Amino acid sequence: MKPAAFDYLRPKSVDEAIALLAQYGGDAKVLAGGQSLVPLLNFRVVRPSVLIDINRVTALDFVEEHDGRLRIGAMTRHHTLETSPLVRNRLPLLAAAMKHVGHLAVRNRGTIGGSLSHADPAAELPLVSLLFDATIHTNARSHAARDFFLGPLTTALADDELVTAIVLPAQPPNAGWDFEEFSLRAGDFAFAAVAATITAADGKIADARVAAMGVGETPLRLPGVEAALTGEPLTCKLVAEVAQLARDAIDPRSDLRASADYRRHLVAALTERALEAAWARTR
Amino acid sequence: MTERHLVKTTVNGVEYERTVEPRLLLSDFLRQELGLTGTHVGCEHGVCGACTVLIDGHSARACLFLAVQADGSRIETVEGLGEVNDLSPLQEAFREHHALQCGFCTPGMLMTCVDLLRKSRLATDAEIRDGLSGNLCRCTGYEHVVRAVRAMAAKR
Repeated sequence: MKPAAFDYLRPKSVDEAIALLAQYGGDAKVLAGGQSLVPLLNFRVVRPSVLIDINRVTALDFVEEHDGRLRIGAMTRHHTLETSPLVRNRLPLLAAAMKHVGHLAVRNRGTIGGSLSHADPAAELPLVSLLFDATIHTNARSHAARDFFLGPLTTALADDELVTAIVLPAQPPNAGWDFEEFSLRAGDFAFAAVAATITAADGKIADARVAAMGVGETPLRLPGVEAALTGEPLTCKLVAEVAQLARDAIDPRSDLRASADYRRHLVAALTERALEAAWARTR
Repeated sequence: MTERHLVKTTVNGVEYERTVEPRLLLSDFLRQELGLTGTHVGCEHGVCGACTVLIDGHSARACLFLAVQADGSRIETVEGLGEVNDLSPLQEAFREHHALQCGFCTPGMLMTCVDLLRKSRLATDAEIRDGLSGNLCRCTGYEHVVRAVRAMAAKR
């Protein structure tokens, strides 16, 4: 339960961090909040020869709004996202989702760049970034969230690539939204979660986004559900129909925590709850 | 052999300088290098909360933080709260409400509560339980911890 030996480097700027990554590449791991990486080090699941600690790269800790989009620095902590007035006003779904990330002591340290780079299939931030079609910026290029998550703990990042910022569209003020998660206890890993946004016009759904996590190799958008909702008013019948669509759209695995059937049941139930709550918020 | 690093850190107001291996966890640094054994070590992967301390004023798992990262930081541990004959108000509330049995989880519970009392509403028992959910007690005496926090939250 102690890490294997590694060399430790502590850049102070993005340029310095990128230069070190270019030098050490696949032998290095980037240490951000450490809330996923350090357990893996302690278990010796990962044994990098070099650790590049970017906690002093303070230029990556920011939340800004430009032209209806929020730009969030990679080293922004979960607790900042949870409490930032800008995030709470402009991306309330993101702020609400943060309450489900671990516990206060974890949210004080964990970062958005770290969570996206780690790509746990049961993590909240990958789900939120997929739901909003976020753009994930690195030193080298920009990734659409839908092309970024390739599998469990696997992303499109190259060895010498560092996430620097994520850009998400602000939620329209009249859009309804909800984030529903089920775990055994508060802050534990999710069995499943569903996030939804709904824009309404003339009593009908003009645009719906629905995504789920914990039920596949990566977070998943549910395009069949979104299409079935569009142009309709949200009735109890429609909610039940699309919950069935959501259940059929996923192919979860059974594991020690929950069976595949139970996860399908959860996704159906969480989809119902998320849509009803999001619809209620459109009015 | 990896290069050792000089760490200058303030723990409970006292400045320390040590040269450490990068892989040394803050939890082991506190216990083994500084002799501050009040910070307990349970799971060593961030689940149990026993090693929770304050780093620059914010609660964090000492087992998920490297000692070398603490260079220039201000660390607070349970030893900084109070002493046997001079308990802090939070420790006094724990005593009064019998919020500990074996005491193993207590240092982490206390340091978590310091941060919760600053940052969280704790207006309902549900919020208090949510706040405490990252600290495992196996005795298990959660109900009494909730009572102690409820009393402290009401006094703020």
